[in-house]
Amino acid sequence: MIPGPFSYHRPTTVADAVKLLSTLGDDARPLAGGHSLVPMMKLRLATPEHLIDLHDIAGLKGVTRDGNNVLIGAMTTQHELLASEVIAKSIPVLHEAALLIADPQVRYRGTVGGNVANGDPGNDMPALMLTLGAAYRLEGPNGVRKVAAADYYQGAYFTAIEAGEILTSISIPVPAAGHGHAYEKLKRKVGDYATAAAAVVLTMSGGKVETCAIGLTNLSETPLLADAAAKAVIGTSLDAASLKKAAAAAQAIMAPAADARGPVEYRKHVGGIMVMRALQRAAAKAA
Amino acid sequence: MNDMTPTREERSAALEGMGCKRKRVEDIRFTQGKGNYVDDVKLPGMLHGDFVRSPHAHARVKSIDDSEALKVPGVLAVITAETLKTVNLAWMPTLAGDVQMVLADGKVLFQNQEVAFVVATDRYAADDGINKVKVEYEALAPLIDPFKSMDADAPVLREDLAGKTSGAHGPRKHHNHIFEWTVGDKDLTNAAFSKAEVTIKEMISYHRTHPSPLETCQCVCSFDKIKGELTIWGTFQAPHVIRTVVSLIAKLPEQKIHVISPDIGGGFGNKVGAYPGYICAAVASIVTGKPVKWVEDRIENLTATSFARDYHMTTEIAATKDGKVTGLRVHVLADHGAFDACADPSKWPAGFFNIVTGSYDFPVAHLAVDGVYTNKAPGGVAYRCSFRVTEAAYCIERAMDILAQKLGMDPAELRLKNFIKPEQFPYHSALGWEYDSGNYGTAMRKAMEKVKYAELRKEQAAMRAAFKRGETREIMGIGVSFFTEIVGAGPSKNCDILGIAMFDSCEIRMHPTGAGIARVGSKSQGQGHETTWAQIIATEIGIPADNIMVEEGNTDTAPYGLGTYGSRSTPVAGAAIAMAARKIKAKAQMIAAYKLEVHEDDLEFDIDGFRVKGLPEKFMSMKDICWAAYNSVPPGMEPGLEAVSYYDPPNMTYPFGAYICVMTIDVDTGVYKVKRFYALDDCGTRINPMIIEGQVHGGLTEAFAIAMGQEIRYDAEGNVVTGSFMDFFMPTAVETPHWETDFTVTPSPHHPIGAKGVGESPNVGGVPAFSNAVNDAFSFLGSTHIQMPHDYWRNWAAAKNLGVLAA
Repeated sequence: MIPGPFSYHRPTTVADAVKLLSTLGDDARPLAGGHSLVPMMKLRLATPEHLIDLHDIAGLKGVTRDGNNVLIGAMTTQHELLASEVIAKSIPVLHEAALLIADPQVRYRGTVGGNVANGDPGNDMPALMLTLGAAYRLEGPNGVRKVAAADYYQGAYFTAIEAGEILTSISIPVPAAGHGHAYEKLKRKVGDYATAAAAVVLTMSGGKVETCAIGLTNLSETPLLADAAAKAVIGTSLDAASLKKAAAAAQAIMAPAADARGPVEYRKHVGGIMVMRALQRAAAKAA
Repeated sequence: MNDMTPTREERSAALEGMGCKRKRVEDIRFTQGKGNYVDDVKLPGMLHGDFVRSPHAHARVKSIDDSEALKVPGVLAVITAETLKTVNLAWMPTLAGDVQMVLADGKVLFQNQEVAFVVATDRYAADDGINKVKVEYEALAPLIDPFKSMDADAPVLREDLAGKTSGAHGPRKHHNHIFEWTVGDKDLTNAAFSKAEVTIKEMISYHRTHPSPLETCQCVCSFDKIKGELTIWGTFQAPHVIRTVVSLIAKLPEQKIHVISPDIGGGFGNKVGAYPGYICAAVASIVTGKPVKWVEDRIENLTATSFARDYHMTTEIAATKDGKVTGLRVHVLADHGAFDACADPSKWPAGFFNIVTGSYDFPVAHLAVDGVYTNKAPGGVAYRCSFRVTEAAYCIERAMDILAQKLGMDPAELRLKNFIKPEQFPYHSALGWEYDSGNYGTAMRKAMEKVKYAELRKEQAAMRAAFKRGETREIMGIGVSFFTEIVGAGPSKNCDILGIAMFDSCEIRMHPTGAGIARVGSKSQGQGHETTWAQIIATEIGIPADNIMVEEGNTDTAPYGLGTYGSRSTPVAGAAIAMAARKIKAKAQMIAAYKLEVHEDDLEFDIDGFRVKGLPEKFMSMKDICWAAYNSVPPGMEPGLEAVSYYDPPNMTYPFGAYICVMTIDVDTGVYKVKRFYALDDCGTRINPMIIEGQVHGGLTEAFAIAMGQEIRYDAEGNVVTGSFMDFFMPTAVETPHWETDFTVTPSPHHPIGAKGVGESPNVGGVPAFSNAVNDAFSFLGSTHIQMPHDYWRNWAAAKNLGVLAA
C-alpha cells in the first residue's frame, strides 16, 4: 500500500494544467479529491509519473445559477455541494445523493468533478447527472467542448475525455418546479459503494406520471439511464403493475458484477427494488 | 474526631478500588494522540523491510531474481529462503507443533505468502524494490475446500511432511491431515443416541474471519553487534514468550534479548503468534547491523497474518420427547490453512472446544476434531475468545435452537430445562471440564423478564401472521443465547506453551511516600490494565489507585508472564496481583504491629490501614507504614516493601451470560435491522463496571460484525476476495446497534478476588444470539439452519430458497 514515485505539480490556471497534461502525456493524471486515484496508486494499480493537483486553480469551485442551468465547478467538494442553497432550492436530489456518499471526512475532500470524471461505476453522481440531463465542460489543448453526461461514459474508467483534457464544470438544467425526486441506495455500510442504487426525477400531473428519468448506479460497467423503465411509468399512477414493469425494464439493462455485495441475480433483484422504491418516493414528493 | 475526619465510605471511595467506575488512566494519552506505538519507534539509521508476496495460492517457485531490485536506489538487500537457510531460519516452529516457512522454500502454499524480504533505507524504496523482484512461478492445483482436503486425489500441499504418518498430535490419516483429536466416551454416547426418542443433526459452519485490530502487526528489531544484544519492539500480546521463542530459534542467550511491547492498538488474538516479518526483521538487523522496521499494511494483515474460526461442525443432540438432552456428538472439520499455526496451549490442538456441552447437563458426549491443510493463510487464533470457545458456544447454541424447533418448544424454555443446576457446581462435564460456579437459571430468567420475552414472542406471532396475509414483507426473529466460557488458561496441570506453564505474575514495589509500581506479566492491548490492576491493589492494600503505576510489556523489567489473550489476564494475572498485594499487606501488618506496639494478631485491616482491635484510635495508615518500611522496621526484618507473586491457577474460570437479540429482516432485500440487543454477563466479581461495559460493547460489535457479514472468503483459485476494509465487514458507529447491558454476580470460588474475566464473553455469546435471531426469523417458513454470515444477499438467498419472493 505504498505508491510508486511520482512528480507533483500544482498549476494555478486551467491553461497551465492543460499544458502540463498535454506535454506530460499518458504519464500524467489530474488530481482532485484523490479518493479513487490515491488508493489505486497505493495498490500500484495506477502508477502515474506526474500528478497535476487542481486545488490551486481559481474558478474551479462553486455553485451558481445561470438562467435555467446550475453550474457546478469541478473542484466543488461534496460538502460544499451540501452547503449550497442553490442546490437545495433547485436540485435537491443532489443533496440526497451526496449525503449517501461515504462519510463527512470523505465529503470534505471529495469533489463533484472527480466523482463524475473518472468513470468509476461505483460513484454515485454519474447516474444523477444522466438522470438530470447534465453536460460536462471539457477544456483541452484543442479548446473547450461540451459533452452530455449521457455520451461521456464508455466503460469502467473509460470516458469520452481526450488526452490533455480536464473536466472543469458541470451544467445541469434545473428540473421543473414541483418535480419529485429520490435516490435509493442499498449499501452494506457507511463508505461502501452501492450494491444497487436508482435515481428518479419525475413530474406528476393529475395523479399520473408526466415526465420521468431514471438513472442506475453500480449495476453495469457504466452508470445507466433506464429509458425504457421511465417510459413504462409515464401516464401511469405508479400502480403495482407499472412499478413491476419499470423494474423489469430496468433489470433488462443491468449487468452488475458478482462481488462481495452479492451474486448478479441478487444485485439485479435489489436494483429493481431500488427503482420501484425511488419511483414511489419521488412521486410522493412531487407537487 | 472532628467534622473533617473522612467517613469510612469517603476513605473507601478515595481509593478508587474494586467496584469503582474509575476512568481509564491510559486514555489521558490515547485521546490526545500521545500513545507510543511500535510505528512511533524511530531509531537513527533505521531501515525498512517489506515482503514480496505470492499472487498464487499454490505454486512452485522456479526462480527468484533480485538483480533489478538491488539496483533501486535505497534498496540494500533482498532476503530469500536461501539466505535464511544459512542461519537455519528458512522454517520456524509454530505454537501448534508444526513448522512454517518463513519465506517460500521451493513452493508457495497460500496467496500473499511471504516470498522475499526487501530491505531498504525507507518504506518507499522497499516497495519500489519489491516491484523489481522477478519471481517465476509454476502454478499448481489449489486446494480450497476443506471437505475435499482428504480426497484420495487431493493435491499434496506439504511436501516437507512426505512419509510422516504422525504429527505433533498423533497419527495422520492423509497427506493433508494434521491431527485427529477425540474427547469423551464414544460407546456411551452412541448408546444414548441409539435409544434416543428425538435426535437432531446439522452441519453448522463457523466461517473463516479475522481479528483485524486497527493497528496491524509490526516490529522494530535492533541488533547491537558489540554487545551481541537484540532489542525488539513489537506488537506482542505475549512478550516473554516471544523472547523465549527468539532465544530458542535464533540461538541467542535469553538475557541478551530485550522484548518491548509498547502501547498496542488492539490484538484480539492476532498478535499472539510469531510471524515471518519478525524473523526477517531480526535477521535483517543482524545482517546489516542496523535497526530494521517491519509494518504490515491492511491487506497483508487480513490475508497473511492469521485468521480465526473456519470450523465445520457436524452436530447431533439426543433428547427425550419432553426436551431433556441425553447425549451430544460433534465432529469438526477444522481448516487450518497451509501450516498449523494455531495459537493454542501446546497440548490442545482444538483449543478448549470440548466446552461444547455448553451450559447444559449432558450425561454423555463425544467429540472428534480433524484438522486439515488447505491453500489458505495459517493461523487459527482465538479472535476475542478463549481457544476455540466461540466456535463451541456457537455450535451448541445453534444446535439447542434446532432441537427446540424440532420439539416445538420455546428455545429459552429448552435451555432452562437443561441447565446445569446451581447445586451441581463444581460440575464435571462429560467432556472433561470442572465448571467452578454458575447460576444459569437466575441469569436466564432475569434476561427474559428484562426484555419482556413473552410479549416479544406475541409480537413475533402477530408479525408472522401479517406476513402470511401479505401485509408486510418483514419477518421478526428473537435470538436467544446462553453461553458458558472457559477462560483463564491456565492451570499447569492442563496448559503450557512450548513447555512453559501458563502461570502469570506480578511484582509490587511500594515507595516510601505511599506510592508504588506494579509490574505485571500480562500486556494490555486496550483492555485498560493500567486502570484495573491498580484498582485491585488499591482495595487489597488500601493505597489509592492513583498512587499505583502499572507497567507491562518490557521483558527486562516485568516478571515472566504468558501474556494477554483468552480472557486470561484477570483470572491469572489479576490473581497474581491480588496475591502479591497480600504479601505486601502481610509485611505491612508486621511493621504496623511493631510501630503500634501490639501483637500483629491484635490488628485488623480497615480500608486504608491497620487498627488495633478494640482501640479504634490506635491506627496506622498504609501510607505511614510505607514510610516506616524504609526507616523503622522491626528488628531482624529486611527494610523495604516489595513482593512478587507467580500464580498458577487451580482451575479455569467459567463466566457465563444470557443474550437476547431482536431483529427484523426485509425478505425482498435481505436488509436486517437489530431492534434490540440485551446482554447479561456474569463475570464474577466486577473490578471496574465501566470498563466491563466498554468491553461488552466492543465484543458485541465484533460479534455483530462476524455474524452479519465479516468473513475471509476465497474464490475457487484461492484468491482472497475480502482482503480490504472495502469488503471485509468492519461496522462503523452507524451500523452498530444499541447495546443494553446487565449483570449478575456469581464469584469464582477459587480466584482470590472471585473475578472470572469478561473481555471475550460478548464475542462468544453474541455471535449465536445474532445467528439465532436470523434463524428464528426464518424458522416459521420451514428453515432449520442457515449458515453465517447473514449479510444482506445471503438473507435474500434464504428467503428465495424458502419460496417467499415474488416471481
